[in-house]
Amino acid sequence: MQQDGLILELQKGNQRAFERIYEFYSESIYGIIYSIVHDEKVAEEILQDVFLKIWENSASYNSDKGRFFTWILNIARNASIDQIRSKSHKNKQKNLKADNFVDILENKSHFSAKTDAIGIKKYIDILKPVCKKLIDLLFFKGFTQKETAEELEMPLGTVKTKNRACINKLREMLVE
Amino acid sequence: MDIEEYISSGILELYVYGALTEEESREVSKALKEHPEIRKEVEEIEHALQQLSSAAAPYNPDVLLSSIKEKLADKDVIRIERKSKTKWVSYIGWAASIVLLIGLFFLIGDNNELREQLNSEKARTARMEQQIADARDDAEKTRELLAVLRDKDVSRIQLQGQNVAPEAYATVYWNKNENKAYIDAKDLPEPPRGKVYQVWSLKLEPLTPTSIGLLDEFSSDENKIFTLENANQSEAFGITLEPEGGSESPTMDQLYVLGAVAAP
Repeated sequence: MQQDGLILELQKGNQRAFERIYEFYSESIYGIIYSIVHDEKVAEEILQDVFLKIWENSASYNSDKGRFFTWILNIARNASIDQIRSKSHKNKQKNLKADNFVDILENKSHFSAKTDAIGIKKYIDILKPVCKKLIDLLFFKGFTQKETAEELEMPLGTVKTKNRACINKLREMLVE
Repeated sequence: MDIEEYISSGILELYVYGALTEEESREVSKALKEHPEIRKEVEEIEHALQQLSSAAAPYNPDVLLSSIKEKLADKDVIRIERKSKTKWVSYIGWAASIVLLIGLFFLIGDNNELREQLNSEKARTARMEQQIADARDDAEKTRELLAVLRDKDVSRIQLQGQNVAPEAYATVYWNKNENKAYIDAKDLPEPPRGKVYQVWSLKLEPLTPTSIGLLDEFSSDENKIFTLENANQSEAFGITLEPEGGSESPTMDQLYVLGAVAAP
């Protein structure tokens, strides 16, 4: 699904390529940011900053190091974490409970046309607590395998295999 | 490499998350480029994860693209402006400053020069005005003299040189109606320092001298014509050399010129 040609064009400074990359990744990145900062407006701001960074720093993306999606994920998670560590966010969010992606999805009624709403809803219904924790830490919060293993008191190999099983379930639901 | 085993190990999911170490990620990237099956698996995982996180987005943020593009345009403009400004504007700025500075020096120089010129012009103008005024005065005097000469009421009395100065000579033009006496003293010698000519109106029987005035500033008066008041019934005029400021009565041994008024 990764469009290498498109990324190359982006790196050359092609604005049309940037627009297509935005259309392709912005919603999922917005979901990541929102699941960290829990504020629509703040998440919007961060999303815009993230894509400005993508435009400006696209040359520093190297496919030998990883996926383009992963590169963007890291930018988005770092920007979001910087925000929640800032004073203004701490003051704002003091009394709010920290929702994870599951809470967000359970409370959500409208999904955009791009997402398989039915598949996602089904997936959330059957999601095991361990999957919920693994996906939240590894995907949404950007923990490393080692950090996740420590957090969940689980061997490194178990993090890898259990997470694989969790994602396989998601893929099954989405295919149906 | 057992691709099946590699895929099912779960390393590819961690790869997409970015949860692996840099070294592990590089190895997966390499494997992915070598094996299309691995690449396909990674793309499927990525797609599923994108669906999941997209579902967590409050709404589809496509609408934000235009504002991001505006920001991009602003940044590009700023970037271009910064570049061009530092290059051109600063150079132009320095150049302009230098030109201005040079210009100022020239202006200061010019200004001083102009001021000097103005001052000398002012002085010249003042001199010329004075000359014009003098010329006007002279012309006026000349006109007056002409009028005097032509006036039928004016008597012309010639004063001859006396013992002290036989070469001396003077003429009195006397207008009896206006009681004015014009003394033409052109042929009197320069009075010595500290001395002044004094003009006397004389009655002859008995000899009674009456001073009618001094020939002041004799040396500086160019045409040597002096205008004096004379309301006397003069029978003769005499000019004596007196100490500065004049005397009560004439010093007779210093009588330079003397002449009698012709009987009517």
